[in-house]
Amino acid sequence: MSTVEKTPSEEQRTVVRTQQVKKIYKMGNTEVQALRGVDLEIYTGEYLSLMGPSGSGKSTLFNMVGGLDKPSEGKVYIDEVDVAQLDAYELAWLRCRKIGYIFQSFNLIPVMTALENVTLPMVFAGLTSDESRDKGMVLLEKVGLGERHSHKPYELSGGQQQRVAVARALANDPAVVLADEPTANLDLRTGTEIIELLKEMNASSGVTIISATHDHKMLSVSDRVVWIKDGQVERIADRADLDIEVTQVGGEEQ
Amino acid sequence: MNEQRLQVAGGREIVLPMSKAVEISIRSLKIRFGRSLITTSGIILAIAFLMSVWSSNALIGSLKEANKSEINLLLQKNGIETASAEGGRSSADARAQAQEERSKQTWLIGLSLLVCVVGIANAMLMSVTERFREIGTMKCLGALDSFIIKLFLLESTFQGVVGTTIGIAIGLLMTLGLNLLAYGGYVFSYFPVGGILQSVLASLVAGTLLSLVGAMLPAYKAAKMEPVEAMRSDT
Repeated sequence: MSTVEKTPSEEQRTVVRTQQVKKIYKMGNTEVQALRGVDLEIYTGEYLSLMGPSGSGKSTLFNMVGGLDKPSEGKVYIDEVDVAQLDAYELAWLRCRKIGYIFQSFNLIPVMTALENVTLPMVFAGLTSDESRDKGMVLLEKVGLGERHSHKPYELSGGQQQRVAVARALANDPAVVLADEPTANLDLRTGTEIIELLKEMNASSGVTIISATHDHKMLSVSDRVVWIKDGQVERIADRADLDIEVTQVGGEEQ
Repeated sequence: MNEQRLQVAGGREIVLPMSKAVEISIRSLKIRFGRSLITTSGIILAIAFLMSVWSSNALIGSLKEANKSEINLLLQKNGIETASAEGGRSSADARAQAQEERSKQTWLIGLSLLVCVVGIANAMLMSVTERFREIGTMKCLGALDSFIIKLFLLESTFQGVVGTTIGIAIGLLMTLGLNLLAYGGYVFSYFPVGGILQSVLASLVAGTLLSLVGAMLPAYKAAKMEPVEAMRSDT
């Protein structure tokens, strides 16, 4: 199933690291601990899935890893840069060039065509319109939507919109792609296609993919799966463990 | 220090070229054409009122200045004090009345403009809350606060300029029509070109400023939106 064999040295390079990350939300007078000290290393080029029920702190951790949220305690390093130290400009820079986001509800900009959606991050990154058009077309071809580049989001199906979103996430050759429940709004078949597409991108360009998901279809493509429960890492399973579980007709909790 | 590190890692800065910003904001207006129309019509009404007041002031002023007996007769028929009518009243009295008239006018203009600003702000706020996911997404893609502000202010400015232009035309036509009815051809023989031009320019500035002021708070609110908002799946 997994097509790329990684050399050990490659696998050791860490792209995202969390150190004793805690997150406390204040709700009125009560404090809610969403994360209770999470240590996690995510390696360059791996396909990592975060699993856990809603309310487990999974989303909080996911946002933290994506530079969208800051921890109350502890540290998050993305590409060896401490996120908490960054100002607004540097954070925007990081989001623009180092991280690609894929959303549950696709989030394409409705007024823009597929191609313009893909090239928007390139515009922000300062590419000329010729450069970004060429690169955008290549990316759209890659996700199989080359001939639909001039379509607006509402003229595309859910699966096609998510493909555009995948192309957009890869626009500035990010180090990490964050996919937040990318298959939640898709039917079984289209969901599987998106998962395969993500895996393909992961294999061909070596981009790290981190996805938060409930979807057990994700298990078969993930290099590692991290289960979150009550704000802590409950279990980490890697490829070898997963293969066994999947063949045992995954009787996991749904 | 961190910036240095980041710069080394990647190179150039983050930008939103003006041409692209203009393109995006015009399209955003088009896709919400109905509401843009409502906002714009608010501006049209306010500016039409402003323009008609200013231009008829200029027109009447120039007719008064002409100080011809036939015109003065017509003016008096319409209840306007003229130089030759001073015999009836003391000039101080006339001046006091004119003063009162002017302050009433100022109040009316001020109120109408205020209503207009509030209308614009309200429409823009709606547009911001409606688009929180889009704004959040843009921020996830690397948009700076200033990009968002730019987009919203541009949108509002376009609405302002279009609305103001139409408003000026309507206001001017109305003034011309009404005064033609009252004074006939004298309107043209004593047409105050300079005064009207001045009113046009002043209205243009006022309308554009108004739409900018109205959009400021909503644009700021939009810019301060957190990128995490893009992750929210409800609505």
